[in-house]
Amino acid sequence: MEPVAVIADSEQAEKGTSLWKDAWIRLRKNTLALFGLGTIVFFCIIALLTPFIAPYGYEEQNLLLGAAPPSVEHWLGTDIFGRDMLTRIMYGSRVSLMVGFIATGVALMIGVLWGTIAGYAGGRVDAVMMRLVDILYALPFMIFIVLLMVVFGRNILLLFLAIGAVEWLTMARIVRGQVLSLRRQEFIEAAVSLGLSRWTIIRRHLIPNTLGPVIVYTTLTIPSVMLLEAFLSFLGLGIQPPQSSWGLLISYGVETMEEYPWLLLFPGLALSITLFALNFLGDGLRDALDVRSSKD
Amino acid sequence: MFRFISSRLLQAIPVLLVVITATFFLVRAAPGGPFSAEKAVPPEVIKALEAQYKLDQPVWQQYLSYLNDLVHGEFGPSFRYPGRTVNELIVGGLPITAELALYAMLVAIIIGVSAGVFSALKPNTPQDYLPMSAAMIGICMPSFLMGPLLVLIFGIWLEWLPVSGWGDLPGDKILPAITLGSGYAAFLARLSRGGMLEVMSQDYIRTARAKGLPEWVVVLKHGLRGGLIPVVAFLGPAFAGLLSGSFVVETIFQIPGLGRFYVQAAFNRDYTMILGTTVFFATLIILFNLLSDIIAVWINPKLRHQIQGGR
Repeated sequence: MEPVAVIADSEQAEKGTSLWKDAWIRLRKNTLALFGLGTIVFFCIIALLTPFIAPYGYEEQNLLLGAAPPSVEHWLGTDIFGRDMLTRIMYGSRVSLMVGFIATGVALMIGVLWGTIAGYAGGRVDAVMMRLVDILYALPFMIFIVLLMVVFGRNILLLFLAIGAVEWLTMARIVRGQVLSLRRQEFIEAAVSLGLSRWTIIRRHLIPNTLGPVIVYTTLTIPSVMLLEAFLSFLGLGIQPPQSSWGLLISYGVETMEEYPWLLLFPGLALSITLFALNFLGDGLRDALDVRSSKD
Repeated sequence: MFRFISSRLLQAIPVLLVVITATFFLVRAAPGGPFSAEKAVPPEVIKALEAQYKLDQPVWQQYLSYLNDLVHGEFGPSFRYPGRTVNELIVGGLPITAELALYAMLVAIIIGVSAGVFSALKPNTPQDYLPMSAAMIGICMPSFLMGPLLVLIFGIWLEWLPVSGWGDLPGDKILPAITLGSGYAAFLARLSRGGMLEVMSQDYIRTARAKGLPEWVVVLKHGLRGGLIPVVAFLGPAFAGLLSGSFVVETIFQIPGLGRFYVQAAFNRDYTMILGTTVFFATLIILFNLLSDIIAVWINPKLRHQIQGGR
C-alpha cells in the first residue's frame, strides 16, 4: 500500500469516532431537515396511537349528515357516508406509513446483504452478482408490479414483497461501492489477521461502516415506496377496502371532487406533507453525512 | 463506438428473454383458467376455444410457439374480446401514448432544464431557492394528485381548459401533458442544477471566461454540454417512468392510449392482453434505456475515451 493512502486512512479513522456527532451537529443547523424529522415522528406517533385517539370510529357512518365540509365536530369534513375524514386519514396513515417502512426494510435487508457480499467476495462472485443486478435494473418493474398484483390478487403482503424487491437494487450498488473501498483499509486487514471469520468481519466491521450512505438512501426510498403504494391503490390494484390508505382515499376523492373537493384535498395534503418531510430529511441527512461534501 | 453499441444490443437480448419468459410463466401460473368465468359452457366449446388459443398443448410448446409468434411480430389474440388482437390495440393506442409522452417530455425538458440552469447560476440565493422549492413541490406531488387538482382548478373552477379527452376539443392536450411532465420537470431541474454547479467550477470554464467570452456563451456553449450529462443519462429511465405514468394520466383524462388499455386489461384479467402489452412495454423501455446509454457516451468525451481506450 502506498504511504499516501495510509495517511489518508488513519485520518479517516480518527474522524470516524466523531462522525455521528458531527453529522448530528450539521443536521441540527438544517431547519428544513429538522422540520422533516419532526413531521415524520409526529405522523408516526399519531399513526401508532390512532385506535386510541381517533375522534370517531373507522366505519362510523352518519348518513343524515352525508358529505359535510369541515366543521367544529368534523375538522376535515365527512365523506358521502358521513364518515369522519380525519379519522379515515389517520387510519389510512397506518397503512401508508407501514408500507413505506416495511417495504423499505425488505429492500434494505436484501440490498445491504447482497452489496456487502458482492463487494467483499470480489472477483467472479462479485461479477455474477452485480451482473444480475444490472439485468434486473433493465426490467420495467412498474409494469411487473401491476402484473404481479393482477396475477396473484391484491394481497398486502405481496405488495410489501413486490415493492421491496424492486427497491433493493440501488441499495446493493451503493453498499457494494462502499465495501469495495472499505475492504482495502487497515482495520479490515487487522481484523483478518486477528483471525476473525468472514461473516464476523462482514457483520461487525463492514456493514456498520456503510451505514451513512445507507441511511441517506433509506430515507429517500421510503417516499418513493409510499408513492408506489399510493399509485397502485389509486389504480385500484393496491390496498383494497375495507382497509384504507392515502392513495385509496385520494382515488375516492377524485370521483367526487367537483361537489366535495375537501375529500380530495385533505388526503392529498397528508400524502404530500409526508413526502415533503421525508425528502427534506433525506437531503439534510445527505448533506450531514456525505463525507465528500463535508471535506470542503 | 460500433463495438459498444453492438455489445449493448447483445446484452439486451438476454434481458428481453428473461422478461418474456418470466411474464409468460407468471401469467400461466395465475389462478383460474382464462375461461373459468363463463358458466355452463359445453365442454366441446371449451375444447374448441382451448384449441384455438393452443391451450391444449403442453406448456413448453405454448411457450415456444409464443416466442415464434413474437419473432414474427405477433402478440396474439385477446382472451376477453374475441377477434381483437394485441397488435390492433398497440397500433391504436401507441401513437396517442407516444404523443402524450412526447409533449410531457418537452414540458419536462424545457421547464426543468431552464429552471435548473437558472438556479445554478447564482447558488444559495433567492434565484436558487425559489425554483428549487417549486421543484420540491413537483417531486412530492404525485401525478394522480396533480392531475385532479389541475382539472379542478383550470377545468372546473376557472373553466379555461377541457377536463378530459384527447384531440376532441382545442387545448385538451395541455393539462395531461403538464400533469405527466411536471414531476419530471422537477427532477430534471434538480439534476441539471447539480450538473451545472459541478461543471461551472471546472478549470475549462475559468479558461473560457479568461478568454473574455461573454457569460452567456460560457454558460450555453461550454457549461451546458458538460452540465447536462446527468440529464441525458436520466432521459431513458424517465421515458420508462412516463409510460407507467401514462397509466394514471390516461385514466384521469380518459385518453384512449396504451396505458389506459393496459389498466383495463389488468382489471378484466385479460391475460394474453397483459402478456402482450407487458412484453411490448418492456421491449420499448429496454430500447430507450439503451438509446440513452448510447447518447450519454456520445456526448461525454470522458466516457467515449474510456470505451475506446480500455476493454
